[in-house]
Amino acid sequence: MSEVLVLIDAPEGKVTKPSLELLTLARRIGEPSAVVFGSEVPSTLAEYGAEKIYQLDDAAYDEYLVGPKAAALSQLVADKSPAAVLVPATFEGKEIAARVALKTESGLITDAVDVTADGGAITTTQSVFAGNFTVDAKITQGAPVIAVKPNSTSPEQVSGAGTVEAVSFEIPDATKGAKITSNKPKEASGRPELTEAAIVVSGGRGTGGDFSEVEKFADSLGAAVGASRAAVDSGWYPHSFQVGQTGKVVSPQLYVANGISGAIQHRAGMQTSKTIVAVNKDDEAPIFELVDFGVVGDLKTVLPQATDEVVKRKG
Amino acid sequence: MTKIVVAVKYVPDATADRTFTSDNTVDREGVDGLLSELDEYAVEQALQVVEAGEGEVTVLTVGPADAADAVRKALQMGADAGVHVEDDAIAGSDVFATSLVLAKAIEKLDYDLVFFGMASTDGGMGVMPTLVAERLGLPAVTFASEVTVDGETVKIRRDGDAATQEIEATGKLVVSVTDQTGEARYPSFKGIMAAKKKPVEEWDLSDLGLDASQVGADAAWTAVESTEPRPPRTAGEIVTDEGDGGAKLVEFLASKKFV
Repeated sequence: MSEVLVLIDAPEGKVTKPSLELLTLARRIGEPSAVVFGSEVPSTLAEYGAEKIYQLDDAAYDEYLVGPKAAALSQLVADKSPAAVLVPATFEGKEIAARVALKTESGLITDAVDVTADGGAITTTQSVFAGNFTVDAKITQGAPVIAVKPNSTSPEQVSGAGTVEAVSFEIPDATKGAKITSNKPKEASGRPELTEAAIVVSGGRGTGGDFSEVEKFADSLGAAVGASRAAVDSGWYPHSFQVGQTGKVVSPQLYVANGISGAIQHRAGMQTSKTIVAVNKDDEAPIFELVDFGVVGDLKTVLPQATDEVVKRKG
Repeated sequence: MTKIVVAVKYVPDATADRTFTSDNTVDREGVDGLLSELDEYAVEQALQVVEAGEGEVTVLTVGPADAADAVRKALQMGADAGVHVEDDAIAGSDVFATSLVLAKAIEKLDYDLVFFGMASTDGGMGVMPTLVAERLGLPAVTFASEVTVDGETVKIRRDGDAATQEIEATGKLVVSVTDQTGEARYPSFKGIMAAKKKPVEEWDLSDLGLDASQVGADAAWTAVESTEPRPPRTAGEIVTDEGDGGAKLVEFLASKKFV
C-alpha cells in the first residue's frame, strides 16, 4: 500500500474533526501518514489510523503566512512520492495545496466532498454551481493534491502505528516576504464550529437583528449558529458566521433557516445540506423550494415553542 | 506611486441557470456573462488605495471575446487601463495554465501590487491568487478584509475563523480581498463616458512568449470525468403556523431522529 500524506490542522494541540476525517479517507486509498507542524504530536493521530507521523517544528511556520509550510510540504512530497496528498479545505489548507501542487507539478482538486480509489486511480467528487451539479474528476499528473471539505466522511477510530519521524527542511528566504505582526484569537462561542457542525441553525433579515431565539434553539439542539448576508451586512452578526457564497459553505446533516428568504448567494452556502428546514413569514420565500419541512410563521413565536419542545423531549 | 494590476474574471451570471457543455467545460454561451461580483471588490479596493495616495490601476483579464465586458466595467468604475488576453488555444485550460498566462501578462506590466477577488463565482476554487504568486515568486496575502498602503509597506487585516491577523509586507505582493473590504461603486455617467477613451491592450499567447501546447485542455493536470445535475429536491411539507408551528417542527425533527 502506498503512503498518503495528510496535512493535519491542530490548533493548540487539538486535532480538528476535518483532519480526522482526512485520516479516515486516506486509509481508504492507502496508508495514512500525518504531517504535523509544531512542537506537539497529538496522540489522537495514531488513534485515528496514522501509521507514520512527520513532525515539522520551526518558528518560521507560525511567523509567516503559508510560504514556509508549503515549501516544506513540497519537499516532503518530493522525498516520499506519496499516492496522494490530502489537506483540509480551509483557506490556509487550499493555499498550501495550491503552492504544493505547482511546486511538485501535480494536479489539484479543491473542495472535494469524496475521494475514492479504484486500483491506482483516484477519483474525486465535487459539488459546484451552488450545489446544483456534481463533478467527478481524475488527476492526470503527479501526486494528486486534494483539498477536502469538512463532513465528507465520519472519522473512524482505528489504531495506527503512529511512528513519529522528525523532519526539517531549510526554509527559503523568498517565502518570508509577508510577516504576521499580530494574531488575535477569536473568543470561543462554546458552540460547534460552523463548517464542522452536524446541525446548523441560522438567522436572516427576519430576525430583525435579534438572534436570541435563533441561538436558544441552536443550543437546544447542540447546533452551530449561522447568519445570512443580509443579517451580517446589517451588523447583526459577525461575518465569520455568514453562510453563503462570500461566507462559509456548510453541508450539515440538518440546516434550519429562520427568517432567510433563500437568495442564490445564501443557497450557494447551504444547498447540499442533507435535511433542510425553514421558518419564514412569507409563504412565497424561495427557501421553501428547498425544504424538507417548512413552517410559514413568525420565528419569534415558532422558535421559542420549538426550543421548549426540544428541551421537553430531551428531558 | 503605487501601480496595481487587478486580475478579473468574466463569469456566467450566478443568478442564471448555469450548466456544462458536452465536453464538461462551463457553458459560457447559454448564459449571460459579467464581471465576477467578487472581483468588483478587488477593483474597488485598488481604486481606494490609489485614491488615498498616488498610483494607477490596470485591469487584466484572460478570456474569450466577450470577456472585454469585464475589462470595460472595471474601466467604468475608474481603472486607468486594461489588458485583455485572448487566444483560442486557452479554452479549456486548468488553473495551472491560466495562472501561467496571468503571471506572464503581469510580468509584462509594470506593477507593485496584484489584486484579486477572493474566488471566482463559477469555478470558485479560490487558488488563483496563490498560484500566480507562486509563479511570480511572491508572497500572497489572501482573504484580506482591509488593505492600506503606507509608503513602501502594505498593511493587511485578515479575519480568519480562529483569529484576526495583522500582516505587513514590503515589496511586490499578491493580495486577494473579500467582500468585507467595502461595497463596490457603481460606474457614474462620467465614468462610463471616460472609459471609452481609456487604453485597452489586446494580447495573445505569442505576445506573452507562450505557445499553445502549454495551455488548453490537453495541458491540464486534472480531467473532469463527468458532470451530473443534482437531482431536484422532492417537494417538502409546508405547514402554516396556527399556534403549533414550533411543535410540528420538532415533531418533524424527531421523525428524522435529530431530537
